[in-house]
Amino acid sequence: MNDSLTTKYLQIQGVAQSFKTQKGVFQALRDIDLNVAKGEFVALIGHSGCGKSTLLNLIAGLTQPTEGNLICANREIAGPGPERAVVFQNHSLLPWLTCFENVYLAVERVFGASDRVSGRASENKAQLKARTEAALHLVGLDHAAQKRPGEISGGMKQRVGIARALSMEPQVLLMDEPFGALDALTRAKLQDELLTIVANTRSTVVMVTHDVDEAVLLSDRIVMMTNGPAATIGEVLHVDLPRPRSRVELAEDSRYLAYRKAVIDFLYTRQAHVEKAA
Amino acid sequence: MQDLLRKVLAPLMGLGLLVLLWAMVALKSSNNFPSPLETFQQAVTVFSDPFYSNGPNDQGVGWNVLSSLKRVALGFGLAALVGIPFGFLIGRFDFLSRMFNPLISLLRPVSPLAWLPIGLLVFKGANPAAIWTIFICSIWPMVINTAVGVQRVPADYMNVARVLNLSEWKIVTKILFPAVLPYMLTGVRLAVGTAWLVIVAAEMLTGGVGIGFWVWDEWNNLNVKNIIIAIFVIGIVGLVLEALLIRLATAFTFEDVKQ
Repeated sequence: MNDSLTTKYLQIQGVAQSFKTQKGVFQALRDIDLNVAKGEFVALIGHSGCGKSTLLNLIAGLTQPTEGNLICANREIAGPGPERAVVFQNHSLLPWLTCFENVYLAVERVFGASDRVSGRASENKAQLKARTEAALHLVGLDHAAQKRPGEISGGMKQRVGIARALSMEPQVLLMDEPFGALDALTRAKLQDELLTIVANTRSTVVMVTHDVDEAVLLSDRIVMMTNGPAATIGEVLHVDLPRPRSRVELAEDSRYLAYRKAVIDFLYTRQAHVEKAA
Repeated sequence: MQDLLRKVLAPLMGLGLLVLLWAMVALKSSNNFPSPLETFQQAVTVFSDPFYSNGPNDQGVGWNVLSSLKRVALGFGLAALVGIPFGFLIGRFDFLSRMFNPLISLLRPVSPLAWLPIGLLVFKGANPAAIWTIFICSIWPMVINTAVGVQRVPADYMNVARVLNLSEWKIVTKILFPAVLPYMLTGVRLAVGTAWLVIVAAEMLTGGVGIGFWVWDEWNNLNVKNIIIAIFVIGIVGLVLEALLIRLATAFTFEDVKQ
């Protein structure tokens, strides 16, 4: 059982998802089978509309699959919960709370009450405050703790979103194009930070992205999805690059370039995106 | 300098134009329409003692304004007490929204004064009837705006609540209430505006003490100068109410909801 927990920490079995629309039933996903090991970093990549965010929402428990099962740590995913923290595409910070309060809200929810399952006692205010400060420190935002989201840049907001997710010490960290809305330089900086954080926390991560370099740089495995409707997993690529990884060194690494080429081939040759005629 | 010209001179010129037109009308008019100067002199007298009281039918302008404000505050306060929670319920539950929307659509366009006789019948008194009229006319903007605010809480925020698994109490206090507050305050602002419009008309019909009654009383006395003063007073009080509520609304509006 221990072994199955390490290699199959997150199990997705025969999952299909369809939505009822005004034009009838729309099938977004079909036949998704995927296992994620503990501590693994998996990227979901595909063209827009291929259902990669739909799959992430299923793992988060925000939606329920039409068919199939999702299992996390040997338990069926019945709904959303703090053990599967989500970093949303558009940060989703509450604008009326300071950065500190945004993170504290999550920390308080997870650690402010005793947990019957793990037998963990509830923590006091000082401990919760320390956890919040530690999370903000992790993303380098000690100085912005008392600022509201409206007063900080997009990159900083996204970092608070990551701090909020990490502060819950989730079993799985789910990221939905977390850096999609940022400029290239900020994105690179945050990717590097994420690499360090993930190495330190040994988090299990599932990240949705449409950026080839991001996928190769960050992940252990890249799950490439076919075009929708009725998208499924087209190919899985193991990225066997040593860690810690450095963006600068990898830029000329032949293996890195080969992985990159493989993903680009899949995305632009075999799954060349055809805009649907309206 | 240019700024000064735009910000100070332009409004002053507008005001000057009004006074000029008024003076011309007063000059041409044959039926003793008071000139701006006469009215101003009268205003000085009226405001030199705004809080005199010679029995219920002869009180200073200050008392009249305060009585009107008291009625508005009561009617409006009751409407907020009922309307805002009601708006939350309608916004949160689709069934209630479908249940009450036709009723609201039917009752909202009714002129507030049409409710006055019902108030007189039920409450058997002029004062409660006026408050009732204020209540009924100021409840709709608050119900509707609060409901719309709840329906427009961004899905992202609700997803955050779901992922964090927040309790219903935390959802209401940390997410719903702050997100809805700007919409709610817009409703409050519209409601106060309407209430202030309606109170003058209602008081003309019910009598007693109040700025609307004062206007009617001065008409019966053929004291046109005081009527004009009353018009200015009503305008200024309305302006101040509006400005205060806009201040309040901006203080509680945050980046992502400012639209």
